Amino acid sequence: MPGEEGVWLFIGGDLILFTLLFAVFLHMRAEQLTVFTEGRAQLNQTWGLINTLLMLTSSWCVATAIQAARRHQVQVTMRCFGGALACGLGFWTVKCFEYSEKLSAGLTITTNDFFMLYFTYTGIHLIHVTIGMGVLTALIFYARSGNFDAAKLRNLESGASFWHLVDLLWIVLFALLYLVGAP
Amino acid sequence: MKALLLTRTTLIWFLLVGATLVSWELGHGVGLDSAAAAGAAILLVTFVKVRFVVLDFMELRGAPNWMRAIAEGWIVLCCALLIGLFLVAR
Repeated sequence: MPGEEGVWLFIGGDLILFTLLFAVFLHMRAEQLTVFTEGRAQLNQTWGLINTLLMLTSSWCVATAIQAARRHQVQVTMRCFGGALACGLGFWTVKCFEYSEKLSAGLTITTNDFFMLYFTYTGIHLIHVTIGMGVLTALIFYARSGNFDAAKLRNLESGASFWHLVDLLWIVLFALLYLVGAP
Repeated sequence: MKALLLTRTTLIWFLLVGATLVSWELGHGVGLDSAAAAGAAILLVTFVKVRFVVLDFMELRGAPNWMRAIAEGWIVLCCALLIGLFLVAR
């Protein structure tokens, strides 16, 4: 098993929670199809696409960092975690542009149920990204001293698994919020 | 460094980016005429991506069978649930 059992318990719990959130979104969409179709059309899908590519690339960086750590390549490990952190920063920056674009257009969490869920879900995900960036920063410092023994590798894998969870959640959110339901 | 670039992980990244672009096109009316079919296809592609992330990036491909079974079970159930709920609204 990659990483610590406790991290997998957390990941499992988070996935159950998000499964419920995804289901609630589609249930509410079924009840207010017009509101949700119009809401989706008001999102800037290009921002969503850029953030998806950033998330996928960050996950590649993290997976490669783990492989580098197994080969005892300290500098490569740190650089790959740094690359993932930069992608996370890019994600945050894009989200800032996106939120400001919506708020300037008068679209807020109180506009309608679509935007309530859009701001809530992306906000909860952004909290995950922020925590993940903290984890990545910690991993960079943790990897600096090298000595990648089994215990240290397990800790690195635990942090990496959390970041992949953040990527996974965004993959589904991107499809649900930005892509499905085009008329 | 070259050995770290020419890996299955890199191949998976290319596949994930490719699948994202396929979803993008499906979301813009390319390929399928029916919005219901396009939406269901987008969700299906999404969970294929999720499976690659879980098995290859999270490395559950080599995890104990029970753990992989739970993960694969969740992927199938969640995918079926979301496609079902999506199609209900059409």
